[in-house]
Amino acid sequence: MSRPASHSHAVHKDYQGAKLGMWIFLFTELLLFGGLFILYSTYRAIYPHDFHAGGQHLNAVIGIINTVVLLTSSLTVAVALSAIQKGSRRLTLQCLGATIVLGILFLANKYVEWSEEIRRGIYPNGPELEKLPNGGKIFYGLYYAMTGLHGLHVLAGVAVLAVMLAFVWKNRVTATDYVKLENAGLYWHLVDVIWIFLLPMLYLAA
Amino acid sequence: MTNPAVGAVPAAWGYLEQGKRKGIFGWLLSTDHKRIGVLYLATMMTFFSVAVLIGVLMRIEQLTLDPPLFPAQTYNAFFTLHGVIMIFLFVLPGLSAVFGNFFLPIMIGAEDVAFPRLNLASWYFFISGALLAVVALFTGNGPPDTGWTFYAPFSIRTGTNVTLGVFAAFILGFSSILTGLNFITTVHRMRAPGMHWHRMPLFVWSLYATAWIQVLATPILGITLLLVIAERLFGIGVFDPAKGGDPILYQHLFWIYSHPAVYIMIVPAMGAISEIIPTFAHRTIFGYRAIAYSSMAIAALGSLVWGHHMFTSGMADQANVIFSLLTFLVAVPSSIKVFNWTATLYKGSIELKPAMLYALTFIFLFAIGGLTGVIQGALNVNVHLHDTYWIVGHFHYVMFGGTGVGFLAALLYWFPKMFGKMYNQKMAIVAWFPIFVGFNMFYFTMLVLGYMGMPRRYFTHLPQYHEAHVISSIGAFIMAFGLLLFFGNLLVALWKGKKAGADPWGGVTLEWRTSSPPPMENFETLPEIHERPYVFNPEIAR
Amino acid sequence: MEQAAEHGHVLPYRTLVRVWLVLLFLTAILVIASTVYHEALSVWAMLTLTPLKAGLVFFYFMHLKYEKPFLKSMVLITIATLIIFIGLTFLDILQR
Repeated sequence: MSRPASHSHAVHKDYQGAKLGMWIFLFTELLLFGGLFILYSTYRAIYPHDFHAGGQHLNAVIGIINTVVLLTSSLTVAVALSAIQKGSRRLTLQCLGATIVLGILFLANKYVEWSEEIRRGIYPNGPELEKLPNGGKIFYGLYYAMTGLHGLHVLAGVAVLAVMLAFVWKNRVTATDYVKLENAGLYWHLVDVIWIFLLPMLYLAA
Repeated sequence: MTNPAVGAVPAAWGYLEQGKRKGIFGWLLSTDHKRIGVLYLATMMTFFSVAVLIGVLMRIEQLTLDPPLFPAQTYNAFFTLHGVIMIFLFVLPGLSAVFGNFFLPIMIGAEDVAFPRLNLASWYFFISGALLAVVALFTGNGPPDTGWTFYAPFSIRTGTNVTLGVFAAFILGFSSILTGLNFITTVHRMRAPGMHWHRMPLFVWSLYATAWIQVLATPILGITLLLVIAERLFGIGVFDPAKGGDPILYQHLFWIYSHPAVYIMIVPAMGAISEIIPTFAHRTIFGYRAIAYSSMAIAALGSLVWGHHMFTSGMADQANVIFSLLTFLVAVPSSIKVFNWTATLYKGSIELKPAMLYALTFIFLFAIGGLTGVIQGALNVNVHLHDTYWIVGHFHYVMFGGTGVGFLAALLYWFPKMFGKMYNQKMAIVAWFPIFVGFNMFYFTMLVLGYMGMPRRYFTHLPQYHEAHVISSIGAFIMAFGLLLFFGNLLVALWKGKKAGADPWGGVTLEWRTSSPPPMENFETLPEIHERPYVFNPEIAR
Repeated sequence: MEQAAEHGHVLPYRTLVRVWLVLLFLTAILVIASTVYHEALSVWAMLTLTPLKAGLVFFYFMHLKYEKPFLKSMVLITIATLIIFIGLTFLDILQR
C-alpha cells in the first residue's frame, strides 16, 4: 500500500470525544467564574451588612425576569437537541430560534438594568457609589464584574447558537451528526447555571 | 510498497518532509502534533535565550556595585521580564508543549491528538501572547516593574504597561488550557487497542496529571488577571484598599493558580526522567503504579498549599499553620518518585549515556530544590527567608535544576527520534561540566546569600554581600558557557549529525518502534500492545 | 469520512418541560424565601435550592444523568476543587 508524501489522515469523528472536550472546556468556565465566587463569598463574609444593602438597591424584578428568560432558553435549546435527534428538523430550527431570541432578550434586559444603575450614579468611581461605604463599593464592583463577564458569555453563546441555526438549516448538523449542536447546548446550559447562582448572590441578598 | 521493517531508512525524512503544504506554510499551518511540537521547541528556545540574556545582565548589575550599571527602574523591568518570559514562555509550556505534543500520541499508539486544529490554535495563542508581551515592552510607559507576580495594589497604581502585560499573560493562559483539554481527551479516547491505562508510559501519566492542573487552575489566573485590568481601567475596587478591597485576596487568587503552576512545570519533567532511567538502567521501573499515582497525588495536594507564598503577608495564624502542614505533606509524593528512581538503578545495568547523566543530575538538583522548599515551609524559618535570595535559590534549583535540566535530558533522549540525527555525545557530556559546576556556584551561593539576609529584587546590595554576589555571577557565566556548548552541539547535529536509527538507546516504549524521524502518520504499522511498559530483554538486564 | 455510530440518549420533550416547571417553581420559592425577614431561613433556602436548581440543569438539560460515571466524577472533582479553594481562603479571611 503506497503512502503518498502528502498523506492526510481522514478526520475521524468521535462523538464521545467531542463531548468530553466540551465538558472539559465547561470545567474551565466553572473555575473562571469560580474565582469571582471566591471573591464574592469572602467579601460577603467581610461586609455582610453592606452586601445585604447592596442587594436591596438592585432591581430584583429584572433579575427574576432574566432568570425566567434563561431557564426557558435552556428548555428550548434542550428541546432543540431532542428534536434533531428525532429528526424533527423544523422543531429544531424553531427552538434554536427561540433560544436566540431569549438570549437577546436577556442582553436587552441587562442593558436596561445597567443603564438604570449608571443613570443613578452607581458605577465604579460614580458619584453615588462614592457615597456608599467600602462594602457597598466592593458589592457593586463585583456586581459589574460578574454580570459583565456573564453577559459577554451570553453574547458569545447567542453567536454560537446562530451558527448552529445556520448549520441545521444547511444540513451540516443532522439527526446522525449533531454533536456540534449538543456542545453548543452544553455551553448555553452552563451560562444558565452561572446565572442560577448569580440571582441569589446579587439580587436576592436582601 | 512493502512496509519497511523497524530500523530501515525511511523513504523520506518522515514528518519533517511529508506534509500537505510545502515550505514555511507547511509548518505554520500544520495541525500535525509533531510539527507543532517542533514549532514550540523553536519558539521556546528563542524566548529562553532572551530570558537568559536578561539574567546575565542582572548578574552583571550585581557585579557593579559603585555605581551600579543600570538604574533601579531598569533592574525592576529586568527581573519582571526575566520572570515573565521564563515562567510563561518557557517553563510553563515546558516539556508538555514540546515533548508532550510530539510524543503523547505516539506513546499511546495514536495518529494525533484528539483535536489537532485546536492544538495549532494553542500554539497561535502562545505566539500571540508572546508578541503582546513584546509590545508591552515598547509602548506606554515602559515594561511592567511589578515583578512577574503583579501584586496589588502596586500593580493597580503603577504607570508602567501592566494592563497590556497582564493581558498577554491572559492570552498565554488559553494556550495552556487548550493543550490540557486536548491531552486529557486524547488519553481518554485515543489509546490504541491493548494500551490499557496501566500499560501507558509514565511520561503519559505525568502529562495527564499535568493536564488536569492546567485545566482546573489556569482559569483562576485568568480571572485574576482580568480583574487587575478591570481595576486599572475602571477601578472596581476588589483589590484596592482605598475602596475596601483586600490586597491579600489578590495574593490568594494569584497563588491558587501559581502554586499548582509549578507542578505544571515539574511533573512532565519527572515523567521524562521516568522514561530515561529505566532505559539506561536496562531495568523495568520500580513501582510503576506508585509513580503513576504520585503524579496525580502531586496534582491534587499541590492545589492545597498556595498559602505558603503568603506566610508573611498578614494571613491569619491558623491559616498559616494549616498551609505549612499541607506543604510538608506535598513533599511525600515527590519523594516517592525519587526513591523509586533510585530503586530502579539498584542492580540495573547502568549506561551513562548523556541523557542518563542529565537525568541523574535532575534527581540531585531537584532533591536540593525540594528540600529547601520544605525548609522554607516551616513558619518560623520562613519569616527570616521570605523575599530573600534563599527563595531565588530555591526556585532556581527546582525550576532550572529540575524542569530545566529535565528539559535538557529529554532533548538528549529524544533528539535522535525527533530529527533523525545523532549529536556528538561526547560533547554533550563535556558541556555537562560547566553547566553543573556553574549552576551550583550560581545558585547555592544564593541560598547562602539569602540566609545572610540579602533581599531579592534589589538592584544593588550592601558591601557585606558583595563577595557572594561575585561568586554567584561567575557561576552564572560558567553555566551560560556550558549552555552555549550544549545547544551549539545540538544545532550542529541538526545540520551535520549522522543519521540516527529507530532505537539508538534500546528504549522499549512505542516511539522507539517507529522510524527516526517518524512518518507523518506516526507508524507505518502499529505494533501490537500486549504487555506492561519497560520490559527489557532479560539477557541485558541484571 | 466515517460517521460515528454512537448516539446520545434522547430526552423526551415531556421530561424537559417537567424539569423546566420544577426549576420555575424552585425559583419562586427562592424569591419568596428571600423576602422573608428571618435571615437564617433565607440563607439556608439559597444554599440548598440554588445548588438543587443547578443540579437539575446538569443532570437533565445537560444529560449528565445519562453519561458514564467517569464524566460524573470529573464534574464532581471540578466542583470539589472550587469548594476547597473557597474553603481554604475562608480559613484565612474568617480569622482576620
